[in-house]
Amino acid sequence: MIGLVIVSHSATAAEGICEVAAEMGGDAPIEPAGGDDGEIGTSADAIGEAIEAADDGDGVVVLVDLGSAVMNADLALEMTDVDAEIADAPILEGAVNAAVEATSGKATLDSVVERAEEARDYRKLS
Amino acid sequence: MADDDTQREAVRAVAENVADRLEDEKEYLTDLDSAIGDADHGANMSRGFRAAADTVADADDAEPADLVKQVGTTLISEVGGASGPLYGGSIMSASQAFADEGITAETSVDFAEAYLDKVKDRGDARIGAKTMVDALTPAVHTYKKSIEQDDLPPLTALAKAVDAAERGVEFTMPIRAEKGRASYLGWRSVGHQDPGATSTLYIMEELLATAQEYVEGEIERDATAVEEPDEDPTDVAEDGADSDADDEGDAR
Repeated sequence: MIGLVIVSHSATAAEGICEVAAEMGGDAPIEPAGGDDGEIGTSADAIGEAIEAADDGDGVVVLVDLGSAVMNADLALEMTDVDAEIADAPILEGAVNAAVEATSGKATLDSVVERAEEARDYRKLS
Repeated sequence: MADDDTQREAVRAVAENVADRLEDEKEYLTDLDSAIGDADHGANMSRGFRAAADTVADADDAEPADLVKQVGTTLISEVGGASGPLYGGSIMSASQAFADEGITAETSVDFAEAYLDKVKDRGDARIGAKTMVDALTPAVHTYKKSIEQDDLPPLTALAKAVDAAERGVEFTMPIRAEKGRASYLGWRSVGHQDPGATSTLYIMEELLATAQEYVEGEIERDATAVEEPDEDPTDVAEDGADSDADDEGDAR
C-alpha cells in the first residue's frame, strides 16, 4: 500500500492533518513529520525517518506546507532509497484525497500523487 | 592541489575557520535576519558549522570528498530550516566533484558550479531575488572564468570571486525580496542586506584565507582589479588617477 507523509512547520499541525486524513485513509500508513527539534520548522532527517516508517515497499507520497518544508522534503527524497514523491497540493485537502486513493486496490504512486494534486483546484465557496 | 593528507587538513581548517567566523558574526547575521526574516540565521549557521568542524576534526582516513560531504550532512542535521538544505544539501551534492581527483583547481570549479546549480534549483531562486544567489552567481562565474579562460592561479581566482561576492552582497540591499520569508515583507524588504548572501560571503572569505595557507603562490592583486568601463570618455585622457576607486572599502 502507498504510504503518506505529512510535513508541516508545526508538529501539532502535522499530527492533526494525519488525524483528519486517517479517518478517510483506512489502513494506509500515514506518518507526521512536523517541526524541527521541537521548534517551528522542518527537518530533512525527520522527514527521511517518516518516509522510511510509512513505506511498506510500494512507495510514499509526501505532502508539504510552505517554504523550507518543500526544500527539506526534496532533500529527504534525495537521501532515501524509498520510492517517494512530493505532491504539489494543499496539504490538508491533498492529504485527504491521497488517503482515499491510497486505500483503493489499484493505487500506484502516480495515481496517489495525481489525486492529491486534484485538490489544487478545490474552492470552498461555489 | 596536494596530497590527500594536506587536502584533509585543509578541509578541516576551512570548517574550523568558517565556524569561528560565523561565531564572531552571529549577532550581526541575526540582526540582518531579524529585519527581514526570523532572526535565527546567525545562531543556526554558527551552531551548524561548529558541529561540522567537530565532525570532520576526528575523521582521519576519509577521502577529501567524503570529508566535504560530511560537512554537508552535518549542516543538514544541525542547521534545519531552509538553510540546512540550501547550504548543507548543496555541499553534500557538490562534494561529488572531488570524488575522482580530489581537490584541484579544475575540480573546485566543478564544485562551485554544482553548488550554485543546487542552490538555485532547490531554492527556485534567480539572480535579483535578494538571496544568496546574488552573491554566489557572480562569485562562481568569476571563479570559473578566471581558472578556465584566464588561466589565473587558483588563489588569485578565488580572491576575484570573493570580490565579486562582496559586490553581490551589496546588490541585495536596495532590491526587493522575491524568495524566502523576506518576500512576505514586499517593499519593506528594500534597504536591508540579505543575511544568506552575507553569510555566503563570510564563508568564501574564510575559504580564501585558509587557501592562502594551503595553496602555493600569492594573490596577484593586479589581476583582481575591477574592470569598469570608463564613465565618461572625456575624463579618460587625463591619467590613471582614478584607479583606486575600487579600493576595498569597509562593506559594513
